[in-house]
Amino acid sequence: MSAIETHQDDLTSKFGMWLFLYTEMLLFGGLFIVYSVYRYRNAAAFHLASEELSVAVGTVNTIILLISSTTIAMSITAIRKHNKKLALILLCSTILLGLAFLVNKYFEWGEHLREHIYPGSNILALRGHGDVLFYGLYYFMTGLHALHIIVGLVFIVIVTVSVAKAKINADNFVLLENGGLYWHLVDLIWIFLFPLFYLIT
Amino acid sequence: MENENNHIIPYKTFLLILSGLIVLTLISVTLTQISLGALTVAIALLIAVIKSTYVLRYFMHLKFENRFFTFATVGVIILLAAVLIITLLDYLTR
Repeated sequence: MSAIETHQDDLTSKFGMWLFLYTEMLLFGGLFIVYSVYRYRNAAAFHLASEELSVAVGTVNTIILLISSTTIAMSITAIRKHNKKLALILLCSTILLGLAFLVNKYFEWGEHLREHIYPGSNILALRGHGDVLFYGLYYFMTGLHALHIIVGLVFIVIVTVSVAKAKINADNFVLLENGGLYWHLVDLIWIFLFPLFYLIT
Repeated sequence: MENENNHIIPYKTFLLILSGLIVLTLISVTLTQISLGALTVAIALLIAVIKSTYVLRYFMHLKFENRFFTFATVGVIILLAAVLIITLLDYLTR
């Protein structure tokens, strides 16, 4: 590939992605600070409310996200070794795992909604201020995270199509790397959300 | 074409890290189910920090990237930690 027809600067492209990821880290970091303060001031209510979340579903979802991060990371190795078929299989697995995470989340939220636990619900309000705060943060933080999963999936679909069309190849794979970076950040956030909401009781 | 970053991580490395991350998750779940009091929070967060280090270094490729990326990332983490600590100092000493 000659330098005249295309200008390619992978380092800058990746740094652009990292800068965006830093703003994401600050966004979720701010929410973690809110969580810490509310937890400190409503320790008993947070303790009881977090025991109602299913550790089993949370653990399964954690493992699903960890595997999906591995598959997308491995797809970079595959594309660099000129193994397009394996890269496509790995990317499709990542998409399926991301969808599986969302399906679990759907059933998890459905369970709470059936018990009338949602922001603004009278039944939740009767349980007290601490529970309202806990579930408010739970829905907002896991909801914002799920939104990131959806955005990540759209990103990975675009990447997969580009790999299929050979626009992403062993010489030019920075878009795949950036898609992977975004997906790993979503995984990183879940690594902290999971113990804070499900485990620490 | 100049490509500074020529390191290809082998498939095996990723699979090893994945198994490590799953084992750490299961340890974290098991330890927090037995009541250890205040230690529970510390253990769960410590394991989360170890897991994220692996994700950042290998999955997000920081170990093999230009050092600048590591400095910038650590900088953002220090900023967040500082804001968290200052906020908590305020609440804990009221």
